Amino acid sequence: MNINLTLIGQSITFIIFILFCMKYVWPLLLNVMQEREKKIADGLQAAEMADKDLELAKQKATQQLREAKEQAAVLIEQANKRASQIIDEAKDQARLEGERLKAAAQAEIEQEANRAKEELRGKVAALALVGAEKVLQASIDKKAHNTMLDKLAADL
Amino acid sequence: MASEGQTSTEYIQHHLQNLAYGKLPAGYTRYDGTVLEQSTWTVAKSSQEATDMGFMAVHLDTLGWSIGLGLIFCFLFSRAASKATTDVPRGFQSFVELLVDFVNNTVKDIFHHKNVMIAPMALTIFVWVFLMNLMDLVPVDWLPLTAAAIAGDPHFFFKVVPTTDPNATLGMAFTVFAFMIFFSLQQKGVLGFVKELTLHPFHAGKWYIDILLIPVNLILETVSLIAKPISLGLRLFGNLYAGEMIFILIALMFSAGLVLGLFGGVLQWAWAVFHVLVITLQAFVFMVLTTVYMAMAHDIEEEH
Repeated sequence: MNINLTLIGQSITFIIFILFCMKYVWPLLLNVMQEREKKIADGLQAAEMADKDLELAKQKATQQLREAKEQAAVLIEQANKRASQIIDEAKDQARLEGERLKAAAQAEIEQEANRAKEELRGKVAALALVGAEKVLQASIDKKAHNTMLDKLAADL
Repeated sequence: MASEGQTSTEYIQHHLQNLAYGKLPAGYTRYDGTVLEQSTWTVAKSSQEATDMGFMAVHLDTLGWSIGLGLIFCFLFSRAASKATTDVPRGFQSFVELLVDFVNNTVKDIFHHKNVMIAPMALTIFVWVFLMNLMDLVPVDWLPLTAAAIAGDPHFFFKVVPTTDPNATLGMAFTVFAFMIFFSLQQKGVLGFVKELTLHPFHAGKWYIDILLIPVNLILETVSLIAKPISLGLRLFGNLYAGEMIFILIALMFSAGLVLGLFGGVLQWAWAVFHVLVITLQAFVFMVLTTVYMAMAHDIEEEH
């Protein structure tokens, strides 16, 4: 246990190792560690942001869904209204058409009946004339009596 | 294991002698009776020779192991530092980062000034002193016997724990002391440093009393200043020297029969387990105290 030059040798060694550590070990490691710390902090922040974004997107999606549903409901209601309207219109049209057809048919019937009456009138006049001729046997002036018979036929 | 024909005292003394390389003066009678004709640089073959070499000698084993362990520290840590990535740290990198983080936090707690040297110094001290202390856990005879076998000399001195050599611990402590003085002068200036030594701890506020107090303050402050490096170095040395001594005493039991040998084995294991705590703690204490001293050197206005 003698104190000797080893003391100074150890001192020099010590200083050299400190300088080495100061230059080649400490700054590199500390830099890496600080960078990683920053990276982790950034990552956490990004994750938080993403979470928030997701939340927002979800809210937006629900809102859009709700709006779409409302729109659909409105459309369905409109369609229903329109359908009943169309049915009503069709009913009205059908009724009108029916009435028109009925009126036309009645008019035709009337016309036909009139025509038949006319025809009948003519035939009755001729028939009456033939019957009277037979009864009176040619003694009757055709022209004089014909006028009278026509009047009779018009009264029918 | 005391070798054949060696007493316990010789065994212990042999274990406590460093491998000294130094200058022996002309006319010196060596261990084997030969007389040197002229002064020679040589390896000491006995404790007496090592003592007679005086200051002009180096302990090859202390320097060798401390430099070797320091190089291991530098190599491993610089490799880890250059390979370090900001990705997930793996294996040795995460271990190194754990240490760096631990040292960084400790230094930040103690040292509040701006100085890029303090934290790397703390890391160097912690790891290097720990590695040097760690050599204490290698069974006391393994490396010395191996070295003796390689050197071909059964009396080859070889101490493997640099911190059991006061030269090593005091060398580091005095370096710390030099840094203390340097930073004190740098931060406070010569006048500020002198003021700190002469106007504390007693300060009256009136110049005519202060002048009388200056010698008292100077003596007190100088003693406390000098006591710092001495206690720093001797604390580490004392702890490790005592630990080493116990290991040597336990190792003596190995040559004293089977029962005592087995008991010694158990004791050595138990002491080694306890010593794991001591070596870590002493490395940590050396680091913390160094940082504290540096902080004191930087503190401009000391409060008493």
